[in-house]
Amino acid sequence: MSGEVEAGFCGTLGAFSLDASFSVPAKGVTALFGRSGSGKTTVLRCLAGLERMKGRLTVEGEVWQDKSSFIAPERRRVGMVFQGTNLLPHLTVRENLAYAAHRARDALPLADVSQRTGIAALLDRVPSHLSGGEGQRVAIARALLIRPKLLLLDEPLSALDSESKAELADYLAELLPRLGMPVFFVSHEASEVARLAHRRILLESGRVTAIEALSPSPK
Amino acid sequence: MDSPISVVFATTAELAFVTTILLLLTATPLAWWLARSRKWWKEVAGALSALPLVLPPTVIGFYVLIALGPASPLMVPLHWFGVRTLAFTFTGLVIGSLFYSLPFAVQPLRTAFEAVGDRPLEIAATLGAGPLDRFLTVAVPLSRRGFISAAILVFAHTVGEFGVVLMIGGSVPGQTEVLSTRIYTLVESLQYGEAHRIAAGLVAFAFVCLFVLLLIERRAARISL
Repeated sequence: MSGEVEAGFCGTLGAFSLDASFSVPAKGVTALFGRSGSGKTTVLRCLAGLERMKGRLTVEGEVWQDKSSFIAPERRRVGMVFQGTNLLPHLTVRENLAYAAHRARDALPLADVSQRTGIAALLDRVPSHLSGGEGQRVAIARALLIRPKLLLLDEPLSALDSESKAELADYLAELLPRLGMPVFFVSHEASEVARLAHRRILLESGRVTAIEALSPSPK
Repeated sequence: MDSPISVVFATTAELAFVTTILLLLTATPLAWWLARSRKWWKEVAGALSALPLVLPPTVIGFYVLIALGPASPLMVPLHWFGVRTLAFTFTGLVIGSLFYSLPFAVQPLRTAFEAVGDRPLEIAATLGAGPLDRFLTVAVPLSRRGFISAAILVFAHTVGEFGVVLMIGGSVPGQTEVLSTRIYTLVESLQYGEAHRIAAGLVAFAFVCLFVLLLIERRAARISL
């Protein structure tokens, strides 16, 4: 169905086995919620195409994966924000953004995005001179720059100290609902999920146990 | 009958230079595959490529000599071009050097590629970079110290060859005679003074190479802290 993100992934990674299916509206913020080891990050990586398991994935009617096809991550146009390190260490912030922009056909103007995401002052720094929170903001800016079809965030707040955590949480709470594309983010903190997400997918040992609406989805 | 020392020096430098360039080009894909593949049997190739570290140079020299000789089936295609053998030629010397120095290119490159890890490559993939693009724009720049180490080691090791070049090249004056084999000839004819000059030069050269290499590694260690 168009207007939905429909996914089903099935496979094993070492001792861990995943068998997760869900279908959610291709709008608003969806949290992948569960304890560590429940398979949240693996699901996110499957959405990005970084992990290849058996299954299917359709994003707004576009098939990204099924029995016979698998679109490589570089051709999916996902904005991925990893847990922890996110920037290419040999490039400055500006070059990191340009790396993404050069490879997208219709990237947003770099100056606009850095202005809007509040990273304009960081453009000439190298990644090793950024704080954890600054690094995450640059990664989010870089992800938005390419106008992704999905924005994927893997525990965006986890590697931060409590002060920058609160700051980035405010930032995300303001930013995420305004975005046009569907957002998936991984979290194990209920309060974070309640604040940022429109719905949550509960995962337990690799299986989806519930899909719950938290706040009305944007129209 | 002796060719001037400048000719011997030039042959040595050319051999080391050509070997370094060719080996960086050929060892890079091999090292990349060894670093990235998850198949256990890749270590068959890993062990084969490391063999020259432990084999006597005469063994490598012997087999390359046979492979490049007139009776070798590998030489048959070259017979069409009027080439019967590559033994005792500069080309043969280069081929022997490639095998002999292979591990000195593969090991540092493999270590450097392994140190890059999955994350930067996954970041690049999600930013729209395909496999070759990721390799050239992420893996290579992040492994530049590995490339520098490999180049220095291969160059120095090729200059330091003796057994292999003697067997394959035969130390033909003006063609395949290099500094290490010249020393041997000089000592055989009791010209110790001249032998000393070249030998001391090679000691100094080897020292500088290793010293620079250690400085590079020291810097790498400091940065990764």
